[in-house]
Amino acid sequence: MTTIWASAKANSRTKTYKDYAKPLWQRTLMTTESAVILGLILVVAYASIAVNNFASDITLYYLLRDITPILIIALPMTLIILTGDIDLSVASILALSSVTFGMMVQGGWPVPLAIIGTLVVGLVCGAINGFLVTVVGLPSLAVTIGTMAAFRGIAQGLLGTTAITTFPEEWTNLTSMKIGSTGIPVLSILVLVLIIVFAVIMHFTPFGRGIFAIGLSKEAAEFSGVNVQRTKMILFLLAGLLSALAGIYLTLKTSTARAENGTGLELTVIAAVLLGGVSIFGGKGAMHGVIAGVFLIGTIESALRLANVTSDVSRIIVGTLLVLSVISPSILAWIRGRRRPASTPGTQTQAFLAKS
Amino acid sequence: MLFHTTGRRLGAAAAIAVTIALVASGCSGSSDPKSTDGASSGDSDLSITFLPKNLGNPYFDTSSKGGKAAVEELKGTFAEVGPSEAAPDSQVSYIQTAAQQGVSALVISANDPTAIGSALKEAMDAGTKVVTFDSDTDPQYRDLFVNQADAEGIAKVQVDMISDQIGDEGEIAILSAAANATNQNAWIELMKKDLEANHPNIKLVETVYGDDDDQMSFDKTAALLQTYPNLKGIVAPTTVGIASAARYLSTSDKKGKVAITGLGTPNQMRDYVEDGTVTEFALWNPEDLGYLAAFAGAALVDGTITGKEGDTFTAGKLGEFTVGADNTVLLGDPFKFNKDNIADFDF
Amino acid sequence: MTSTAQLTRDPAPLPPATPGPNPVARAIAAVFKRRETSIIIAILVVIAAATIVNDQFLVSKDGFRNLLLNPSIYILLSVGVAMVIITRSVDLSVSSTLGLTAYLTGRLFIDFPGIPIVAVFIAGIIAGGLLGLVNGALVAYARVPAMVITLGTMYAYRGINVAWAGSNRINPQDMPKEFTSLGTAQILSIPVLTIIAVVVVILLAWYMKNTRGGREFYALGSDPEAAQLYGLNVVKRNLIAFVLCGALAGLAGVLYAARYGTIDSAAGYGVELTAIGGAVIGGVAISGGVGTLWGAAFGAILLLTIKSALPVLGVQDFWQQAVVGVLIIGAIVLDRVLALRQHKKLITTKGASS
Repeated sequence: MTTIWASAKANSRTKTYKDYAKPLWQRTLMTTESAVILGLILVVAYASIAVNNFASDITLYYLLRDITPILIIALPMTLIILTGDIDLSVASILALSSVTFGMMVQGGWPVPLAIIGTLVVGLVCGAINGFLVTVVGLPSLAVTIGTMAAFRGIAQGLLGTTAITTFPEEWTNLTSMKIGSTGIPVLSILVLVLIIVFAVIMHFTPFGRGIFAIGLSKEAAEFSGVNVQRTKMILFLLAGLLSALAGIYLTLKTSTARAENGTGLELTVIAAVLLGGVSIFGGKGAMHGVIAGVFLIGTIESALRLANVTSDVSRIIVGTLLVLSVISPSILAWIRGRRRPASTPGTQTQAFLAKS
Repeated sequence: MLFHTTGRRLGAAAAIAVTIALVASGCSGSSDPKSTDGASSGDSDLSITFLPKNLGNPYFDTSSKGGKAAVEELKGTFAEVGPSEAAPDSQVSYIQTAAQQGVSALVISANDPTAIGSALKEAMDAGTKVVTFDSDTDPQYRDLFVNQADAEGIAKVQVDMISDQIGDEGEIAILSAAANATNQNAWIELMKKDLEANHPNIKLVETVYGDDDDQMSFDKTAALLQTYPNLKGIVAPTTVGIASAARYLSTSDKKGKVAITGLGTPNQMRDYVEDGTVTEFALWNPEDLGYLAAFAGAALVDGTITGKEGDTFTAGKLGEFTVGADNTVLLGDPFKFNKDNIADFDF
Repeated sequence: MTSTAQLTRDPAPLPPATPGPNPVARAIAAVFKRRETSIIIAILVVIAAATIVNDQFLVSKDGFRNLLLNPSIYILLSVGVAMVIITRSVDLSVSSTLGLTAYLTGRLFIDFPGIPIVAVFIAGIIAGGLLGLVNGALVAYARVPAMVITLGTMYAYRGINVAWAGSNRINPQDMPKEFTSLGTAQILSIPVLTIIAVVVVILLAWYMKNTRGGREFYALGSDPEAAQLYGLNVVKRNLIAFVLCGALAGLAGVLYAARYGTIDSAAGYGVELTAIGGAVIGGVAISGGVGTLWGAAFGAILLLTIKSALPVLGVQDFWQQAVVGVLIIGAIVLDRVLALRQHKKLITTKGASS
């Protein structure tokens, strides 16, 4: 897709960078993110035509409610993947938060206090991940596989297979309230605020630029004055905090606190982030792509459910999409007969494991 | 670097093309046996969706069979959907979908009395009639509950069977389904009362939960027999639990020394009754239960009944039923299966 | 490449801090230094504690049988995952591979009545190997982290399993008695499943320790660039590791069918954490190149013994996963500490010798 707009005049002299650069419209429109947004539009259009009852405001209402926890967790996950790390424990933090929230409410805490207490639990979980990754210096993959088992294990230990299903109705109703007569849940406003905050942090602050820098080259980031340890610690704390928030939301939405809440959610979140154009090797991605990725997966699942296809088929689709979005660059590079700079699976995995 | 980004872009485009292909195939060719389980389209507008606790459970396969037969008699459209695991909130998305599709009636066996409440309320607001069967929700979340047998009768029949089989004294344990299962918990409470009042020599040492998961129930049975060496009997008020417990016991050296009884289906229990692992167990006919629930749903839809006490309707071959207290319809008494009669049943 | 002495730690023995005065003391010190030894001691402690509380745990016929029987399926999974981790990848999809092959086992018996049991075993192993090949090919040729690929295939395989099985479940009555009785059969009071698992571990551990191919896994995991420059066929090694891991998960699936008899589409859900946990606790470092298959096998035995012991000790077995998680974290922290210490030691010995 190289652009050939170099004029004859340009040929007569030495070429400068400008001659190679793509025009502005191409740089803004021909991106992974745009492709995902286009895909989302196509899926919505197709489903509206082909699936009965899809094109209705109740669909939008249910969709927004269903993807809220995914969206909330995708925000910090995007930043963590941008630095070249991963957090597999988010769904387990969600479960543990759900369980502690349920137990606090059952124990007679007022709901606002229980929410604060649960957010603290999430922060503690995030702090444990962050401590092990930054201070002890362990690979984030290994750490979060361990904490994934540990946090969910604690949740299971606390509640066993029982569930707490009695919550004050004014709070559970909050999750189903709509804005006026539209089909948009009230809490979507909160999610929108969070998205804006994270988009600003990611794209318009030095802290955000530091995140990209770490993903591209940790050493270079260190030398240019980015505090790598502190940045990573903050990101894991954020992941813990927002996973707890998602846990509270999910608990109130289904009025169920149990240890199995959010099982498999980490896959959906990671799939959405990678599908949205964030590179698994870190250093590349944009917030609007991630949001589109989350909506794309949510829409597919919603359309499939309406078509009476079980959620398990959507598992195949989400899993396949995840694999495809990760390997497609390599495949296309190979098709073009161009190899990416020689590297082995091992070195790529080092993106996760590299530790001096 | 240039080709790298182009690669990602094309990659995304390729991924999206595949997505659309997958969605298209998913939406058009419902080759999936779980969802459109023999969806039969009738010519009337009646559409009834069955939502069991979980799919792949022989008990609910049988009740849905009865439901399907009833809906076909009524010339309606039948569908069965459901989660693969019986978790408190796993049915929520299916209830939402039914509401979106605007089905006339939803027939559901609740995994939790309150967790699915708000979703059911939304469905009722959208104009869907909600009938619970087998396991109830809180009364405000449904129009009608079709009860297989009253809880006292079920609890009593199980206590009577276990006390017969262990000579009315010794340690027993209960192996239940999920810890939240409304019906199991109600029966267990009543069983405890009955044991205290009428069987002072029987000691209930523990109630464990196998979550209606075969492997978990199997492992829990192993743990029970190991933890309580003097255990004389296990009561499993769930069809999955009793079959797993019997299967573990049949290969264990405790076979014949520990009694197992509870609620089971004849097909799952046949081998264990024949080889002497199990003497007697009870149940009702789930096929009739599904059949009755479907007719009750249809009667709500066409306005024959509103769900209040005293309403009557006819349920095909089962005859006439009257709505009792708390918007409840009762199927009948539990039935005991043993060596002498098990060969007459196939479900 | 390594000495054949049974007591050297892979990949290289640490020089004892204070060399013993005689070879016997040194040998004892070496034994106690090894991760496997400490894991075995831990297993014995757990068994002893549970037996003191309730002697049924070990002494009764069922207790002893279950103690050997329960870990056998997990040993296979842990050893398979360990091979992949040694090459500096990871495989999260083993649980779904197990589920698929367990269901396949049941289907073969139903669809082909009279099929020999050996053929079913071979089919399960081949099916698992093919699923592993898909993982391996994606990882080796596309050069992307195995974690993401196998997370994707874990869900895709499980989805395929559900689409195929639907709401059908396979019951023990659907399979021949000779097969389901394998699940509890014993030879000289040792369960058959345990014998199968132990034989597999012996063969693979020998291969990893004493053959050129086996050592190449360690070389690749220790330093992929060096391995590539040295001329090792990196793609081939990666493929072999994943295929073996898949094949072992496939065998585990067949054994699962024999042991539990009832298979639905959720069979084996979530076991990947225990499998990886067993390997990591057994001393297989997730950063690759370190650890033994014996360690992974003992790690799996420890986790399963803890699971059986918890209810006896009066702790609900719901806590088992928490224990797994804490042990995983403990193991990786321990490995990190040991690595740092060794690093320091190397620097000081280097300084001393120059």
